[in-house]
Amino acid sequence: MSTQEWKFTAKDIAAKPDLFLSGHRACAGCGPATVLRLIMKATRGPTIVTQATGCMEIVGSIYPYTSWALPWLHTAFETAAANASGIEAALKIMRKKGKIKDEHVDVIALAGDGGTYDIGLQALSGAVERGHDFLFVLYDNEGYMNTGIQRSSSTPIGASTTTSPAGSVIPGKLEKKKPITDIMLAHGMEYVATATPYYWKDLLSKVRKGLEVDGPAFLHVFSPCPRGWRSEPAKTMEYSKLAVESCVFPLWEAVNGNRQLSTPSKVIALAPQKKKSLKDYLEGQGRFRHLFTPQNNHIVDEIQQATDERWQKLLRQCQTSQP
Amino acid sequence: MAQQQIKQTILAMNGDEAIAYAVKQCDVDVVAAYPITPQTIIVEKFSEYVANGEVQTQYVCTESEHSAITACIAAGATGARTFTASASAGLALMHEMLFVTSGARVPVVLAVANRALSAPLNIHGDHSDSMAERDSGWLHIYAENAQEAYDSIIQAFKIAEDVDVSLPIFIGVDGFTISHTLERVDTLPEDVVRRFIGTRSFPMVLTHEGKTVPFKLDPANPMTMGPNALQNFYYEFKRQQEEGMRNAYKKIQEVNSEYAKLSGRSYGNGLIDPYKLDDAEIAIIVIGSTAGTLKVIVDQLRTEGIKAGILRIRTFRPFPVDEIKNALRNLKAVAVMDKSMSPGGLGAAVFSEVRNALYDAAHRPIIVSYIFGLGGRDSSPNDLRRIYDDLARIAKSGQAEKTVTYFGLRE
Repeated sequence: MSTQEWKFTAKDIAAKPDLFLSGHRACAGCGPATVLRLIMKATRGPTIVTQATGCMEIVGSIYPYTSWALPWLHTAFETAAANASGIEAALKIMRKKGKIKDEHVDVIALAGDGGTYDIGLQALSGAVERGHDFLFVLYDNEGYMNTGIQRSSSTPIGASTTTSPAGSVIPGKLEKKKPITDIMLAHGMEYVATATPYYWKDLLSKVRKGLEVDGPAFLHVFSPCPRGWRSEPAKTMEYSKLAVESCVFPLWEAVNGNRQLSTPSKVIALAPQKKKSLKDYLEGQGRFRHLFTPQNNHIVDEIQQATDERWQKLLRQCQTSQP
Repeated sequence: MAQQQIKQTILAMNGDEAIAYAVKQCDVDVVAAYPITPQTIIVEKFSEYVANGEVQTQYVCTESEHSAITACIAAGATGARTFTASASAGLALMHEMLFVTSGARVPVVLAVANRALSAPLNIHGDHSDSMAERDSGWLHIYAENAQEAYDSIIQAFKIAEDVDVSLPIFIGVDGFTISHTLERVDTLPEDVVRRFIGTRSFPMVLTHEGKTVPFKLDPANPMTMGPNALQNFYYEFKRQQEEGMRNAYKKIQEVNSEYAKLSGRSYGNGLIDPYKLDDAEIAIIVIGSTAGTLKVIVDQLRTEGIKAGILRIRTFRPFPVDEIKNALRNLKAVAVMDKSMSPGGLGAAVFSEVRNALYDAAHRPIIVSYIFGLGGRDSSPNDLRRIYDDLARIAKSGQAEKTVTYFGLRE
């Protein structure tokens, strides 16, 4: 792939017309809505978008209105990657046969954590194995928010959701978040990266790199959901930042399997005293409120320990993959 | 029938091979499929065409039938001519997406090598799989033999892709009986087939930008496909699908006649295919390959002076109500044979539809149901003759002892 580092500036963003338009019905403070708008700012030419069922699919496509200024397809919940496969296959052969204009068209598949970690995982794995040329963007708000905040396999340990409620016996979700990027890296993908909307330049640059790959690329975007997280709508960007600063969601990219920390996380790696405590990240979120009680305090410590271990592991992975 | 001007090539092919061969001739852009018995020969054969560079087709070997049909929907939405094939559990796994295909008005052609549904596991032929998809909004055509399978695939693209139809279509062939049985198949030259179906055309639609453009994903003309339609619009979308079905009713007949001029072969009027029915007093209504076996029996009964006939329903969706009413107007007793069940219901799919169609007819014969052949159980000509014996008795007495018979079953 191209090794070019894409630098996006605020001026670039302002100059480029929106492709995910205003007027959609997302909630106040919606992280994913910001993510979609930003992603579309990094497109590089003719593009077709396909999207799995979910909040972001619903809010932008209520007939007869649309928020999509580019060709957009939705078929079902588990199908984002299979849609991308079909679109890409069609474009490839029709271009070859001269049935469409002889130009490259980028294909972006969008899905939430439900449509990626859970119901869409098989189709995603299949599409990646087949090597279709598309960028899969996972906007991860850590639960089935569209249907009323149910747990997914992306929901972090300890979080209270409507199907993993914090009760008098069970303190929220007991299981760990599935390591989706490890799964995608295990497919031998050329480009896998993480991003969050607070670090928007990093996000845009990674979208562009993902599009440049001649084959499948995967971008995991952390996207706070005020409704599902029981957090203040005004603090979406703050949580996007805190997740990185507390190393709950470190930023990195892997080109041909070589993982490298991205600047916001590299800063913490070089100056560990800048690493924020997990409490700073958890405290304001209603989904973790029950953890801050005497009987559940140990869970916060356990999550802190697990977060530290994951961070150390990532540091080792990034070191060992130094070119 | 037709002036046989076009030189046809005789090939020995089983039903699956005939289907793959027809798909090859139809210049399909994208084939996305997943293997399942008894459909496998179709995808194997087509993979060979791809491997040998005999087709210009993007073959997507998906990880499931769910993704196979989904990739076809997406490719079709992008403007490609698409084909897939499946059977039994595979078709059942596609269920969710079959409704999406018809709802999104994508003209996918799907060959179903009809097979029983689990449990118990059974790989043999019956109609449980596609009958379970009766209300999925697809056109259903069932072939009687490998020749008709070949011809129907070619016709299918022309029917489904017609802008006034714009609906997906199943071509059903009986698993093993047709899919795996070697037959003589007369084939048209490839250029003739391609001229016959032409290139895909698209309905013109109004986009949010106020432009009237072809209905497909195109960066030059952005369009939101597969939107969310609420209480205020969903119903109108569904009603429009019914309009597509009504148009298909005519289109299937037109294509059947046009194809007859080209090939010398036609299948009734495309919707129903009667055999010695004009003066018949008793008749069997059936779908698929069983009609071929019944012809042998009817010929024999005729030599005995028994006025027996067959009404093969070729098109099950749209259901040919008027044709069936008209075809049965002089009959005394009719048996409807179903190779599927509707547990807890009265008879099965074809029987229910036929009885329903005749409710307001001026003349109604006595109509009884025969469930048969489940899980591929064979019915020999001698067995099947007993149904005509039953019908003769019913016609004479003017009453049926029972409505539903489980034929060829140990009870």
